[in-house]
Amino acid sequence: MSNLSTVAYLVSSVLFIMSLRGLSHPTTARKGNFYGIIGMTIAILTTVANPGVLSYKEIGTAFVIGGLIGSVIATRIQMTALPQLVAAFHSLVGLAAVFVAAAAFYNPTAFNLGTEGNIPLGSLIEMAIGTAIGAVTFTGSIIAFGKLQGFVSGNPLVFKGQHFLNLLLGLSIIGLIAKFCIDQNPEFFWLIVAASFLIGVLLIVPIGGADMPVIVSMLNSYSGWAAAGIGFTLSNNLLIITGALVGSSGAILSYIMCKGMNRSFFNVLLGGFGGEQAASSSGGEKDDRQPKQGNSADAAFMMKNSKTIIIVPGYGMAVAQAQHALREMGDLLKAAGAEVRYAIHPVAGRMPGHMNVLLAEANVPYDEVLELDEINRDFSDTDVAFVIGANDVTNPAAKTDKTSAIYGMPILDVENAGQVFFVKRGMASGYAGVQNELFFRDNTLMLFGDAKKVCEDIIKGLED
Amino acid sequence: MSEISNQLENLSFKAQQLADQANDLASTVVETSGGHSDFLIFGITVLVLACFVGYYVVWSVTPALHSPLMGVTNAISSVIIVGALLAAGPIDSTISKYFGLVAVGLAAVNIFGGFVVTNRMLSMFKKKS
Repeated sequence: MSNLSTVAYLVSSVLFIMSLRGLSHPTTARKGNFYGIIGMTIAILTTVANPGVLSYKEIGTAFVIGGLIGSVIATRIQMTALPQLVAAFHSLVGLAAVFVAAAAFYNPTAFNLGTEGNIPLGSLIEMAIGTAIGAVTFTGSIIAFGKLQGFVSGNPLVFKGQHFLNLLLGLSIIGLIAKFCIDQNPEFFWLIVAASFLIGVLLIVPIGGADMPVIVSMLNSYSGWAAAGIGFTLSNNLLIITGALVGSSGAILSYIMCKGMNRSFFNVLLGGFGGEQAASSSGGEKDDRQPKQGNSADAAFMMKNSKTIIIVPGYGMAVAQAQHALREMGDLLKAAGAEVRYAIHPVAGRMPGHMNVLLAEANVPYDEVLELDEINRDFSDTDVAFVIGANDVTNPAAKTDKTSAIYGMPILDVENAGQVFFVKRGMASGYAGVQNELFFRDNTLMLFGDAKKVCEDIIKGLED
Repeated sequence: MSEISNQLENLSFKAQQLADQANDLASTVVETSGGHSDFLIFGITVLVLACFVGYYVVWSVTPALHSPLMGVTNAISSVIIVGALLAAGPIDSTISKYFGLVAVGLAAVNIFGGFVVTNRMLSMFKKKS
C-alpha cells in the first residue's frame, strides 16, 4: 500500500470519527452525516485507484445496482419500520464480510496474502474469525428482522438443551477454525460459515420481541467487529478503526438498553424473557378489580383545563401510527395555554431513540422531548400525565415489588402527576407480563381504544 | 456551535496524534521484522486505541439521536467495501472476483441506504420555532 493511500485512509478514519461526534447535538448532526459520506467517498476512490483494481465496468455496475436498491428502500421506508430496516442492513454487512473473506481465501494474491494453499497462519486465523462473526451477524440479523417485521413470531422460542447446543456449536466452530488453519481446505471454510449461520439463528430465536432494542444494538456491534476482522486480513487500518468505532457504538447502545431494563446483557442473551412463562407466573393475581374507565370527552375537558401536561409515548403509539394525531393534540393543548412536553424512556420503542425519531417525524420540536432523567422529577408538579402505548416503563412495582420481573428497572414516575390517562387497547399486561398497579389508582383514568383513534377523538373534543 | 467545532478540531487533532503514534509504532515493528504476519500487533494497537476513541465519542452522542447513530454506524461499517473492491478488481474472471462483486453490491446497498435513511431522520429534527 502506498503512502498516499495510507494517508487517504487515515483521512477517512478521522472523518468517520467526526461523523459520530457530530451526533452529539441535533444542530451538528447533519454535518456529521455529511462527514461520513465524504469519508466513505474517499475510502472508495482510494481503493479504486489501487493498481490491482481494473474491472471498473463490473464494479461500477454492482455498485450502482446496490446503491439504487439502498437509496430506494431508505427513501420509502416508514419511520415506524426503522428497526427492521436497520436489522436488514446489518445482515448485509455480515454477508458482505463473509464474501470478502471467501474472496481473500480463494485468491490470496489480490490481497498480498501469499498464494493459494500457502496463506500465512495469522491471516488464516483472522480470515476465519472475520468469516464467523460475519456469518453470525448475517443470520442473527435476518431472524431479528423477521421478528420485528412479524414474519417470525416475536415470542421467545425456547427448548431444552438450547444453551448446551449453542455451546457445542461454538466449540465446534473453534475446532473447525483450527482444522481450517492447518489444512487450508475450502470445505472447512464453508463448514465454518454453515456452523456460524446456524449459531446466529439459535442465538436470536429465544429472544422476545421487546428485547429487540438490545439485539439490534448487539448486531450493530457485531457488524463492526466483522469489519474489523476483515481489516486484519487486509492489513487495513481504516477497516480496523471503523470496525472498532461501530463495535463500541453498538456495545454501548446495548449496555444503555440493558440498564434501561435493569437486566444484564447475559440475561437478555439467555432469552426467554416475557414469554408465556413470565405471563403465567406473575400475571394471574388481583385481576378482578375494575379500573376506572374514562372517555375522550373527559380527557379533552380535563387536559384543556391543565397547565402542565407530560406525554409518555411507547411502542403502542408506533404500532398505531398515532404520532401525527398526538402532535396535533399537543398543539391544540398548547394553544389552550398548557405546557406540553414528552418523556422518553430509554427502552421505549423497538430500537434506541426510536420514539424521538417518530416524534420528530410528526414535527414535534426536539427541545420538547426529554429523557427520563431530565424530566422524571417534574411529574409531581404536573397536572396530567398522558401515557400512550407504554406500560411497563411506568409500573411502580419496579420500585416496590422485589418479586416483580421488572424490579429495579428505572421507571417514569407518572403516578406523581395529578391525573394519569392511560391509552391502551385492552387490559392485557405489558411485555414483561406484570400487572400495572397504576391502572387501579384513584387518579388514573383508562382510555381504551386504538391510540390514533383516541387521539383523534380527543382532538374533536378539544375543538368543540 | 463554535465550541463544538473547536471540540471537533481538538478531537481530530488527537486522532491524528494517535494515528501518528500508531504509525511510528508500525514503522518500528516493520523495521524489526517486516512482512504481513507482524501487522497483527500493530493492528491490535490500532484496534484498542480506536475502541477508546469510539467509547468517548459514542457516549457524547445525545440519546435523542441514538437511531441516527445506528444509521450512520450501519453505513460506515460497510467500509468493508474496500476489501470487496480489491477482490473484484482483477480483470480475469475467477470465483474470487465474483465473490468480490457480490460484496460490492451488498455493501453499496448499505452505504447508500444507511446514509440516506440517516439524512432523512436528521432532517426531521427541528427546534421549537
